[in-house]
Amino acid sequence: MRSERSVLQKRSARTGVRLIILWLIGYLCFRCYPFLSSFIYSFTDFNLFGEAPQFVGFDNYLTVFRDEKMTAALLRSFAYAGFTVPLKLLAALGVACLLCTKCRGIRMFRTIYYIPSLLGSSPAIAILWKSFFRTDGPLNALLSLFGIQAVNWLGDPAYALFVVGLLRVWQFGSAMLLFLGALQGVPHDITEAAALDGAGPFRRFFSITLPMISPVLFYNLITQLAQTFQEFNAPFIITQGGPRSSTTLFSLLIYNEAFQHYEMGQASAMAWILFLIVASISALAFLSQNAWVYYNDGR
Amino acid sequence: MKQKFSNRLRVCLLLLGGGIMLYPLLWMLGATFMTNAELFGSFSPIPLHPTLDGYRLAMEEYGGAINLLGAMKNTILLVLPKVLFTLISCTLTAYGFARFEFCGKRILFALLISTLFLPQSVMYVPQFLMFSELGWVDSPFYPALILPSLFAFDTYFIFMLIQHFKSTPRELDDAAKIDGCNAVQTLFHVLCPVIRPALISCALLQFIWSSNDYMGPLLYVSTPEFYPLSLFVKLSMDADAGAAWNRILAVSLISVLPTLMLFFSAQKFFVEDITAGSLKS
Repeated sequence: MRSERSVLQKRSARTGVRLIILWLIGYLCFRCYPFLSSFIYSFTDFNLFGEAPQFVGFDNYLTVFRDEKMTAALLRSFAYAGFTVPLKLLAALGVACLLCTKCRGIRMFRTIYYIPSLLGSSPAIAILWKSFFRTDGPLNALLSLFGIQAVNWLGDPAYALFVVGLLRVWQFGSAMLLFLGALQGVPHDITEAAALDGAGPFRRFFSITLPMISPVLFYNLITQLAQTFQEFNAPFIITQGGPRSSTTLFSLLIYNEAFQHYEMGQASAMAWILFLIVASISALAFLSQNAWVYYNDGR
Repeated sequence: MKQKFSNRLRVCLLLLGGGIMLYPLLWMLGATFMTNAELFGSFSPIPLHPTLDGYRLAMEEYGGAINLLGAMKNTILLVLPKVLFTLISCTLTAYGFARFEFCGKRILFALLISTLFLPQSVMYVPQFLMFSELGWVDSPFYPALILPSLFAFDTYFIFMLIQHFKSTPRELDDAAKIDGCNAVQTLFHVLCPVIRPALISCALLQFIWSSNDYMGPLLYVSTPEFYPLSLFVKLSMDADAGAAWNRILAVSLISVLPTLMLFFSAQKFFVEDITAGSLKS
């Protein structure tokens, strides 16, 4: 009996491995190998059309912190993530709270708020943004009704990064749907009991609802941070990094280094710095989970 | 009474917010029917002198090698195989992880999940070097963009399908086994029909994400003849030095029409599955 069972188990294990073999091959070839080789390239002086890679130790990494442009771009990426991620999550959570009701027409609103996140990553929408925020564009025409003077949104270094970030904030729809799903899962009896005990709406939100949906908040925070640090399309298409480098994010600089100057070693080192930043922020978030993320299963 | 008031306030806020969200898109729609003279300087999305010039010019060939229809054809050639390969490889992988025990599964699953959170940008340089070595760059069949999906490259879909397999009762598998199905037959004849809605939303999302993808084609396609829509749209803006905006916006709008049409014809698969599939554990 036992041997027959172990034969069955072995057979099932073999089928399981066969089923995931495609993924495993792909993982090794398209993720593991590039990941490790980029680590090795990052320690070399390697021009695509130059000589064979030369080992240079930590030079490429040090260059990032010595070169003013690169350091500035790195700080800019932090600033960019620092305002777009909170704004996007706030918008997503706010609208999700408004939508979490059984009014008529809620489905329509859900669709309206979701559409931008479906289209937003397309270059077509980046082009729309570029024309929408022109000095003679529709936004300034609208603002002039309220007596506000025309602003050169994309030509003024003070505003350009904000306008580019706004395109990202505008796409809060999919984060909103996740929040909405979580909000609908918060049991009514708990909030009602708290209301009977005299807790006001704000108290109920911060003491009950927010802890209950914290796993989704956590997930949204990490994925949004990772995506924002890698932002490329919007600044590349809308402003090409200008005016006066005000929208040159670090990811844009990596692209330039790799595919304009063909300095593959330098670009790999920069990509690794970006990777380490995102990884350590995610690790911090994971470690701090116990303090603020509430899981229902008693963990 | 209080309830009614708060609901009204809620609808007002939602209407205001929705208006702000949609205004750029509505203006874009209107602008494609405007003349270039009236396009800028006014905020109204309603064209005063409606014209089809934008669309007529959008269809015209310029620059020689590529036009809008050609770019559309390229996008289809790129995206359809990618969707098909993703469906097959991700379903197999998700089935393997959801239903079978094998040694090292916990570690492999941890690796799988970590790919969800790790940034893609660290891979661009070595992938580019690898794909150029293999001769996959700038080919009319887009191997650099399509072939990885044959190996379940997009972890998000694996994850989504695992959730759905897990919520499908195991009794179905057992019944199929008693009826003499092997593992693959069980998957295709019994489980796939059950999780069909999830498969459809995977296909739709992959279709939309790959047709919107800009970075991939930017790296791996350089001959204008092979440009998919996402590159063509940018080209059409650059080639014009920003003069004929009604044409540029018409090209842009046409390029997102397939996405919009898919979305409106299959809405329930989007809104319901994103919320259900992504975060159960």
